[in-house]
Amino acid sequence: MTDSASLLNKHSFVELGARQRAKALLDAGTFRELLDPFQRVMSPWLARQGVVPQADDGVVIAKGSLDGLPVVIAAIEGAFQGGSLGEVGGAKIAGALELAAEDNRKGIPTRAVLLLETGGVRLQEANLGLAAIADIHAAIVDLRQYQPVVGVVAGSVGCFGGMSIAAGLCSYLLVTQEARLGLNGPQVIEQEAGLEEYDSRDRPFIWSLTGGEQRFASGLVDRYVADDAAQIRQQIGDLFKLGLPTRQRSQQADLYLQRLARLNAEPQIEPCVVRDLYQGERS
Amino acid sequence: METLSFEFPAGQPPRGRTLVGCVGSGDLEVLIEPGQSGKLTITVQTSVNGSEQRWQHLFARMFEGQMPAAMDIDIHDFGATPGVVRLRLEQGFEEIGHD
Repeated sequence: MTDSASLLNKHSFVELGARQRAKALLDAGTFRELLDPFQRVMSPWLARQGVVPQADDGVVIAKGSLDGLPVVIAAIEGAFQGGSLGEVGGAKIAGALELAAEDNRKGIPTRAVLLLETGGVRLQEANLGLAAIADIHAAIVDLRQYQPVVGVVAGSVGCFGGMSIAAGLCSYLLVTQEARLGLNGPQVIEQEAGLEEYDSRDRPFIWSLTGGEQRFASGLVDRYVADDAAQIRQQIGDLFKLGLPTRQRSQQADLYLQRLARLNAEPQIEPCVVRDLYQGERS
Repeated sequence: METLSFEFPAGQPPRGRTLVGCVGSGDLEVLIEPGQSGKLTITVQTSVNGSEQRWQHLFARMFEGQMPAAMDIDIHDFGATPGVVRLRLEQGFEEIGHD
């Protein structure tokens, strides 16, 4: 039976904007934003191309504490330009992660949470966006030596392109049912492979292959959580308590490549085939 | 895209500042900060060209018969309808009123 009281008390995380999401995760009253929107560090490239910019360039960097320990949260606003990362937004995330690593070298155990709602690089900013994303990758790899970096893909934009690689580099990944995670977005795949192979408008099909549940069942993410702010916060806290993973997922590339080599690419791929493939031989 | 500027007579500046909304489809971002006493300035950056009259009427109607606080308002608009603009502005005014 449906528990109506718990449904009424549920606070959706997916429906929150980037700033509200960061606030929802931090201990009450500890939210402090770095380079807040009133500093107006905006993309210098968008207006020149006739695109309206946003005061925070679609990235919120918040410092505070989570379960009493220092944390920095980088939250991407998926509603602004599809969460795309340009020069400014990318530098904000890379800089925040670099400062967190620097904190750790000085004995301050700052941890990081990335709230990823992004299609990847902002095409209007081309190489500057790509370079910023490379900086983010390097900064995650640096910081994760000291503290876990937790990536969260809540939805509904999902996480694609260069930032899906950033997600793959995180110590732990947490997703909801709304989430999608993939290197190429559905429309890009459709354009390359053809409508018969991959129909980007077939939502059940897309989610069955790249959705949060499928990624969890394939062992590519660590937590599959309901769209509830309190539960997501709890799970992030639990992941931090686990400490550093014994082996980062991205260091097991050879294992995954071996498994992928067994794929028969001839028939149309089924979600259960992908799950079995990624899970490998079960003992 | 075009950038528009508006000015209206105003009272005293508010104490707080606030940000509401987002530059998402059909929405807008409004940044409100205390302005110079007696003056309300609004800068609009909008994706919709040729909309100056619409913005002018919208603001004039909102401030008709009342003296707004002295604010510097910065708007980044991504095709919001006048109804959405009005709701966002009222949301912002309510938030600075609570400070």
